[in-house]
Formats: sequence, structure tokens, C-alpha cells
Amino acid sequence: MNLNRMIENDFCITFSTINGSGSATANITLMRALFRMGIPVSGKNIFPSNIQGQPTWFTLRLSKDGYLARVQEDDIVVAMNPSTISKDIDALVTGGVLLIPDDFKINGEIRDDIVVYRMPVRKLIKEANVTPQLRDYIANMVYVGILAHLLKIDMDKIYQALDFHFKSNQKAIDTNYDVVKAAYQWATENLEKKDRYITAPMKGTDDYIMTDGNTAAALGSIYGGVQFAAWYPITPATSLAETLNEYLPKLRIDEETGKETYAVVQAEDELAAIGMAIGAGWGGLRAMTSTSGPGLSLMTEYIGLAYYAEVPVVVWDVQRVGPSTGMPTRTSQGDLTMVNFISHGDSQMIILIPGSVNECFEFGWKAFDLAERFQTPVIVLSDLDFGMNQWITKKFDYPNLPMDRGKVLWEEDLEKMLEKTNGVWGRYLDIDGDGIPYRTVVGNQHPKSGYFTRGTSHDEFANYSEDSVVWEEVFARIAKKFETAKNELPQPEILLEPGAEVGIISSGSADPAVIEARDMLKAEGLNTDYLRIRSLPFSDEIRIFIESHKEVYVVEINRDGQLFKLLTMEFPDIANRLRKAAHMDGLPLTAKWIKSKVLAKEEK
Amino acid sequence: MTVPSSSTIQTTNQVGLTKADYKGAPSTLCQGCGHNGIAAQIVTACFEMNLIPEKVVKFSGIGCSSKSPTYFLGRSFSFNGLHGRMPSLALGALFADRTLEAIGLSGDGDTASIGLGQFKHLVRRNVPMVYIVENNGVYGLTKGQFSATAEKGLYLKKQGTNPFLPIDIAMEALVSGATFVARSFAGDPKQVKELIKAAIAHDGIAVIDIISPCVTFHNHENSFHSYSFGKVHEEPLHEISLVLAREEITVDDFETGEVREVTMHDGSTVILKKLENEYDPTDKWQALRTLEEAANNNWLLTGLLYVEPNAPTLFDKYNLPETPLNRLPAEKLRPARATLEKINAMMF
Repeated sequence: MNLNRMIENDFCITFSTINGSGSATANITLMRALFRMGIPVSGKNIFPSNIQGQPTWFTLRLSKDGYLARVQEDDIVVAMNPSTISKDIDALVTGGVLLIPDDFKINGEIRDDIVVYRMPVRKLIKEANVTPQLRDYIANMVYVGILAHLLKIDMDKIYQALDFHFKSNQKAIDTNYDVVKAAYQWATENLEKKDRYITAPMKGTDDYIMTDGNTAAALGSIYGGVQFAAWYPITPATSLAETLNEYLPKLRIDEETGKETYAVVQAEDELAAIGMAIGAGWGGLRAMTSTSGPGLSLMTEYIGLAYYAEVPVVVWDVQRVGPSTGMPTRTSQGDLTMVNFISHGDSQMIILIPGSVNECFEFGWKAFDLAERFQTPVIVLSDLDFGMNQWITKKFDYPNLPMDRGKVLWEEDLEKMLEKTNGVWGRYLDIDGDGIPYRTVVGNQHPKSGYFTRGTSHDEFANYSEDSVVWEEVFARIAKKFETAKNELPQPEILLEPGAEVGIISSGSADPAVIEARDMLKAEGLNTDYLRIRSLPFSDEIRIFIESHKEVYVVEINRDGQLFKLLTMEFPDIANRLRKAAHMDGLPLTAKWIKSKVLAKEEK
Repeated sequence: MTVPSSSTIQTTNQVGLTKADYKGAPSTLCQGCGHNGIAAQIVTACFEMNLIPEKVVKFSGIGCSSKSPTYFLGRSFSFNGLHGRMPSLALGALFADRTLEAIGLSGDGDTASIGLGQFKHLVRRNVPMVYIVENNGVYGLTKGQFSATAEKGLYLKKQGTNPFLPIDIAMEALVSGATFVARSFAGDPKQVKELIKAAIAHDGIAVIDIISPCVTFHNHENSFHSYSFGKVHEEPLHEISLVLAREEITVDDFETGEVREVTMHDGSTVILKKLENEYDPTDKWQALRTLEEAANNNWLLTGLLYVEPNAPTLFDKYNLPETPLNRLPAEKLRPARATLEKINAMMF
């Protein structure tokens, strides 16, 4: 390794801090400044389920090639937490950089293959013009200024980031920026650059924005016309509902009447949140709830009812590590099989799996169209990595399709229908042969519009029936609806390499690591094709993809290979081509792990 | 004494419907079940209140009581949800169209056990709907287990003796801030009917806890939830009747000072004729004390326990349009294209 060659826009900085100390502002300021310099950046916040006093890490990756996945090693560590310092130093690569406050004591010798800079945090904060209460918070701005000097980060961009963060509150901006400037000045005068990391402006973020998946999901839902949301606080889904509350008043007040075209209810628990959402969906509203694993467990019975009674509702599951309380602040793709089989009895769910923050927005509005078109629950599987981390992502696109409210009959529609059908209309009659019946909703004043919705067995006219034949017929018709649905859902995204015999199937937030791993494998001489699943039930294209490869690695973030198992069940005749590549330790997947997993098997 | 009401003597009501327009499918509950009598009174109450069936929506949970919405208002929309979770279903559905009259039907198993949380939160939010609990102290559909409202010391075959104090649904409603709380007895159909009418007239949550005997599993003499006990021991707080807004109140029969009137939010009047003791149903403290005394003495006190006619409802806390939310067209729901550019700019 050539330690003299400078490394530009391609390294990783980890900030090791104590949670509740205000480091988030400093970290996101740096991320935003780098983003404004045109450098592709990604940020991963590894935080405890705790409010104050526990270790927390924020990793900022700069990647001139645009890779957004997590990496395992750190190039630079800013160690602000004395309790984790030795572990943090161990994570550094050879030639890496350690920044520590100059009053930190380190037991034993520091590695001699790294560069150490000591920061006079206490001194600079003492000199800053801030109240004692603010000193701890502002201390983090010291490393912002010192890094700006060491890495040549544009100070104007740092100012812009602070201006955005503090919503142009001049006093707050100045308080922070003064410390950044003082630290920058101190570094200019006192630090001799001995490391090889550097930034430089580039054009890698044109047409990109910086946001998180929960914000994108909430905004997408708003552009999808959400009319009713019920929710209960749970990490990591809370900010989705809170973002609805933030943006709905900005975007959804009727200009003519000044009235709200939506309602949001904070429910007493998830049992109630899903009940409310299903009630609203039944009433003809675009209804949603957002939750995470434990909440979803509580919602299962009502989701089963909505499946069988054919009620549209959208459920966002921002996945965390389970089972049980698990690791509430860590990410996983561990809810897939649970969601797929979510009810007692036979059931099927439409599942959407966004593979980027931009797609969280897209599926935000699309989920309502699908739920109403197919009159069934649509469950969107996001996760903590998308939901709560900051991402650069393509600007949100305005919905390219008109709203699809599905087969809803209002008074005149029902009258016309009855003229055609000799006065016969049944809520669960399959008139069009696609398995999708017509529905009326409350408030319809046509005397034939009313019907009795129930989770008990019912005939095509929604009447109670325990007739075996009736049960089988209605249940088969519901299954047919999902056959219709599967090729109308978001289809897989397929990326091909010439001559590839090895395929990779993945989904969701594993995507960035797969993209990078494919390039690594290619560099090792192994070309791979890639299919990213975006929805369930599985599209016919997935079968074709598996059939056309000798081996297909199913990459996912859980222990048991849940996607692998579902694919095996769906395609038993070709399942021997599937290879399980599942890993879950609470952290986003790395490309390196995928690469070594694939190579280990391929070299055998 | 009756308050003459023009509608009761006619075969069609003010909206041109007959009683048959309010009926449902034939009941499949047991012969003599209290719930059947209540269903009949719901039919009559809706007829007399001139409700349009398409403007009524029914909700229920799971259990014998929750089956009974099938047996009245066959033209109305209805949703039979999950055990104890009808309140959340109703709350969500009512946001779709606030002009609907909602009738929730539950039982003691449905409301006083798994449903207690949702019930109390529905009450706390003052969701405008009628919430009837058909309370028989026993699980009927599963053949005779104690419910949470069964009295202490009750003996049931196969179950033995109940060692626990009962949950008092009316008391739970009151302490959760209910704006209309009543108790009645299925064996007193006239009172049941008038209380349902008053509940319909109420703008807010209207809880009616109706002792409705289970003739198959729990109808022993001297048990609190039996016909025989109710027939002998029911003590009405007053004689109640509801007079619609457009009807003339003729209270000539009443002696001055014996009648209390409560003007409801919709302009109708609840008339309460005094019986043995003074009772003021707008006094929450008296209501709580009365319920506590009744519980301690095993009294079946019936009537309108508490009413607060003008409290803000759930929907008063929202700024919803006149047009029902479920009739808003797509252009009112999807923000204009130009707004998305601003949103993108707001992201950083």
C-alpha cells in the first residue's frame, strides 16, 4: 500500500460520541457541506435505545464512485467518547487518522501506523462566547472546523448547512459557526497535515436531494392523497407519522374552504391504530398506519380481517431487529416472512419493498393506488437504515399516474350497474372476471348500496354463510385477485452483465451493498446479473431470472434467509439454484461481506 | 304518563318510511334472548327518530351481542369487526363521513375485557356515536363462562363461584369522561327505546349499558343479570322520554317541579319525570355516588345517569370540510405539481 498517495473523496469518517451530546448537528452539518461540494456521501447513525449518556457512532462515507453502502473499516475516527476509544482506534485502517480532544488520556501506546491529531476542545470552547449550558453541545463544532481544515472542506458550504439546520436563526448559526471558524483557524496555525485524506469539489450530486426514508414515505403518502393516518409511537417508525403531521398542513389545506383534507390520529396502541386505519379504508378514505415489528405483531389479526373482508389499507413497516423488543435502534429485513403470512388461516399480502429513499416516496403514493385497486392491505417494508438515516437520493418525481381509486360505486355508478345486471349487485361478485369485486362505501344514499362487512364467512352478497361451497368459491376468487395483482405490481429491476452465469437476487436496503459488491466481484473477474425484487407476490420475471442462471445468491439482512425461503417455496422446481446469503447483526450490510460470501462459494 | 309523539301513531314516519324499512334479517339468537328485544327497540327508535337507514352505520365486535346488528337496519352499512376492537374501527370509519349516525353494539365480554382500553379511549375522545352494551355477565357463544361484569359470588355450572368484583361499565364510562351514560334493562323496553332515542339525539359518545339476560346460560333467579331479578328489582331513576325538536312538548300531565328537561345538541328535549328521589343527570358527582351506592347494594338502577349535551366531540378538534372526506375528488387530495419542486428544495 502506498501511504503517500492522497485519497480524494473516497474514505470513511466515524464520529464516536455520547448520545444526547448534540453531535448530530455537527455530523449532519459536515454531511451536508460535503453533499453541497458535489461529493456523494452517506451517513449511518449507530445509536443506542437510550436518550442520554450511551455511546453512539455516526459514520460518514465519501464515495466519488457514488457507493452508498456501509463500510466496515474507518479511515478517520473522531473520538469524543473516552469510554469507547480503544475500540474506536482498533477500527482504523493502516494510515488512518485519529482526532481526539487533547485532554483525553489513552491507556497504553497508541498504534504507530496511524496519524493522531489532538484537538484543544476545552480551550476553544472556553474562548467561545456561549453560555455554560451550551458548551457541551457546541464542543462538537470544534471537530467540524478542524476537519474542514485537514480535509479542505468548503467553509461556505458549512455555513450553508448551518443556515439550513437552524432555519436561518442567525444567533444559532453564528454561535456554531464562530466555533467552527475558531477551530479552523487554530488548525491552520497549529496542525501540520500528516495524513493522506482530502476532499475536492466534484459534480456527483446534481439532481440529488438529501433526506431520509421516513420523510420520503410520508411525503409520498401525502402526494398519494392520504386522507387518514392512525399511528402509535415506535422506533424507528415514529418520524414517518411525525413528518405527516409536519407537512400535511403545508400541502393539504383546501384552498377554497381553508379546511383540512385529511385527519391524523395518534391511537392508544397499534391494535387501535390498525383498527382505525381499516375503518377509514372501509369508509372510502386513503388510510394508512406506520409501525415497526412489535406493532405489526399486534396488528396481525385486523390485517387478516382486512384481507378477507377486502378492505384497502396501507401499512408501513419500518423494520428493526426482532423478535420481541430485539434491538429497537438497529436495522434488519427480518419481517418478510411474518408479513407474507401475517394472518391466521390462509392469506396473502401485497408487499412493496422500496430499494432507495426515492422509492420510499414513489411507493408512498403507489401503495394507495394498489390497496384501492385490489381492495386489500398493502404492506410496505422499509427499515431503520432507510427510515432514519440521511441519504442522498434522486429528487422526488411527481406521480406519473393519475390516482386509481379502484372499483368504487357511488349512487349513479350503482344505478348504472344495476341497469346492466337486472338489479343484482353483490359486494363480492366477480363481475369483470379479474377477481376484483365492486364496492360501495358509507354515505352512499342508494338504497341498495349498504352491505354487511364481516370477518366471518360470507357469500358473494356479503351475507353470512357457513356453506362449504360458498366458502371455497369466495376464497378462490380472492386468490385470483392476487394472480391479477402480481404482474401489475412494481416489477423487479434487472441489471445484466455480459456473460454472467451467477445471479444475485436482493431487495430493499441491501441494494446499495449489492451494487458495490457486483463491481468488486467484476474486478475479481466474476460478472453477475442482478434482480432487485420490489414487490410480492413474486412476478413471473423472477422465475425467468432464476431459470437463466446456474446459481443465484439471495442477499438479505436477516438470520434465516427469509427471501430465500419464500423463493424456494414459490419455485420448488428450480430452487436448487438458489444460494442463501443472509446476514444480520443490526448493521447495514457491507459490499465486502457479500463479495466474500459469493467468492467463498464460487471458489469451492 | 306518556308524552304524545306524532310519529308513534303513524305507520309512516316523517321521512316516509315504515317500520319495516328499519328491520334486519331474522334473528338467530336464542328464543327469549334480551338482545332480540333490544334490536326491536333499536328499530322502533330509529323509526321514531326519522333516521334514513342509509345515513346510519352499524358497528360491532365479537360475541352474541355483536351478531345482532344483522337483525336490525338491514339497509344500513355495517361492519362486524374484531373482539373488543369495534371502537377503533368506528372511529376511523366515521372520519369518512361525519354526517352519519353511528350505532355500536357490544357486549360485556367485548367491552369489559379485551375491549376495555378501546372503549375508554373512544369515550375519552367523545366520538359521536351510540354505544350499546348488551350486558349479561356471561360469555354466551362459548357456552357460559364468567364475564368481567359477572357479580362476585355468582355460581355457574362448570365454572363454580366467581371470586371477583364486577366491572361496572357505566362507571368506567363516567370516569373516562363520557358525555352520555345510561343504564337500562332489556325487560323494560319502553325505557330502552327512549334511552336509545336520547342517545341518537346526543352529539357525542352515548353509552347505554343494558342488562340483557342470557336465557340459556345465565338466567338464574336472584342473579343480577336475570329477567326475574330485573323484573322485581329494577329501580328507574326517572321516567324518560324524548321529544323531537319539531314536536310540541305537552307536559300537562306533569306536576310542576316533577319534571326535568335537558335540551340536546340537536334541539330535541329529554324529559325526565321524577319518581321517588330527585336526580339531576347533569351532576357527574351525583351520578358517581349513585352508581357506587347501587353497586354496594346490588341495586339495578336504570335511567339516564349522566348527560353533558354540548361538550366538543372528536370532530370539533379537527378542521374538516363540509363535504364528507370520502367524497373529496382526487384534485383535492394530490398537491399540485409545482409544490413538489418546493418540497425538493426544502430537503437540502
